[in-house]
Amino acid sequence: MNKTAQIIQKKKKTILENWMSNQLSDQALRDDLISNEDLHKQSEELLNGLARAMATGNVDNIYAAEYEPVTEIISDISVTRARQGFSPRETGLYVLSLKQAIADTLEQELAGQHEQLYKEVTLVSRLLDSLSVITFETFIKGREEVILRQSDEISEISTPVIKVWDGILALPIIGTLDSARTQVVMENLLQEIVNTGSNIAILDISGVPAVDSLVAQHLMKTVSATRLMGAECIISGIRAEIAQTIVHLGIDLSNIKTKASLASALQLAFSMNKIEVKSNARNANFGLRR
Amino acid sequence: MQIVREQDVVLFRNRVREYSTKIGMNLVNQTKLITAASELVRNMLKYADGGQVIIEIISNNARNGVKLTFIDQGPGIADVPQAMQDGFSTGKSLGLGLPGAKRLVNEFEIQSKPGEGTRVSVTHWKHGR
Amino acid sequence: MERIPILKMGPFLLVTIQVDLYDRLALNLENDLITMVSKTGARGVLIDISAVSIVDSFMGRILGNIASMSRIMDAETVVVGMQPAVAITLVELGLTLQGVHTALDVEKGMDLLHDKIGPDQLQEQDEEEGPDDRTE
Repeated sequence: MNKTAQIIQKKKKTILENWMSNQLSDQALRDDLISNEDLHKQSEELLNGLARAMATGNVDNIYAAEYEPVTEIISDISVTRARQGFSPRETGLYVLSLKQAIADTLEQELAGQHEQLYKEVTLVSRLLDSLSVITFETFIKGREEVILRQSDEISEISTPVIKVWDGILALPIIGTLDSARTQVVMENLLQEIVNTGSNIAILDISGVPAVDSLVAQHLMKTVSATRLMGAECIISGIRAEIAQTIVHLGIDLSNIKTKASLASALQLAFSMNKIEVKSNARNANFGLRR
Repeated sequence: MQIVREQDVVLFRNRVREYSTKIGMNLVNQTKLITAASELVRNMLKYADGGQVIIEIISNNARNGVKLTFIDQGPGIADVPQAMQDGFSTGKSLGLGLPGAKRLVNEFEIQSKPGEGTRVSVTHWKHGR
Repeated sequence: MERIPILKMGPFLLVTIQVDLYDRLALNLENDLITMVSKTGARGVLIDISAVSIVDSFMGRILGNIASMSRIMDAETVVVGMQPAVAITLVELGLTLQGVHTALDVEKGMDLLHDKIGPDQLQEQDEEEGPDDRTE
């Protein structure tokens, strides 16, 4: 067993106290997110794991089996922290402040033995650097998971399928249509067509900021799939600038029913389903006729 | 799994379905994968009189997927990029098999040389990306 | 040999595909169906694929073939009850079943066929056993 491992083992308590006070003194500590007791418990666990791992004699390869408990604790901590909303700085400092605490202790223990001290400090800092890299990796991974989940949720939320009339569905699309989104839109729409037995679907794209050839392709896919199911698709909410880009890009929408507004699309849908809507007012008869 | 007869196509599809159900793939992605598999296995029967398929469950970065590898000792494909074009077929078909299968799955790889057979592997992830 | 049953319903033929088709079965169906169309002088063909979970390019081609062949013999083809997952897959595959009519279910498919053929012609057929021997 090397010197550092011995010292850490011996001085565990002092190091832990040092480390805690380092962490607590940092401006960035979020005592609103984690209580001091929890922090203390977490830190103690990690230090114990580290001491045990170092005692095996392996002090440079953190991917070895001995370090598994340590890396596990660290990944665990940083993933939870990522979810709780800690900043990367706070999470990074957690491990880096341990380095300071150990270095301080080593300095006291090895006072006067400069060469030994230098060697041990480099060793410790190398080890803890690799550990902090793991911290960042897992922190980012945790964040990415959050992002992934959110984008899933957003695409779920933002594509409601509304039954506007017996046999007529409307689907307002808001935001850009990418291929993942199209997939969700298509699935929801087709499933709803089956559930409600509707034969007309109105896709309203007034909330789509821009239509390029890719978005148009996605729209056409949705229309084709709807037709395969045996329902007709009307695209509405085509703004002037969107009509312009469509024509300038040379996108052919001629075999798709398009309408400028949702209202006129609904009107078309009514007439396709042979539904008549009448106003009760005597003179204002703008009802829909076949 | 060996593919030698037409009836094996349906058997094989069911096997792919089993595997993709096991990792919890949703219905749409399952259907895409199985359809792609069906196209490829049909190609194999038609042009190479059958061959071998390996079905594997693979995982990468906490995502699971199904990987299918089709190996045959058939005549091979002389011009792979051409075969990957929509509407190109040496047989009397729609020419959608290879390019269509590629569109249906997440990852697609093809190796082929005339006279040395063809090896196609496709991967589809659980969430379809 | 296994075969898919074909039901005659008035001027229409109804086929319900309950199993995953293998190629031979599908080709048989194409054959049988066309023979039936010419034998009965049917004006419409309804193919219910609501129980089919996989339609690949081969199956798609069969459906397309049936439609084109029937059209030559003056019968319209409607494919009904396609699963959403199948529809999405077909579109990705690049197969839009041009020339095949579609409907949500058998009932709607039947309505569609009635619309397509027109009630007058059906009446003629019912009374005179086929419009061929009728002079205008």
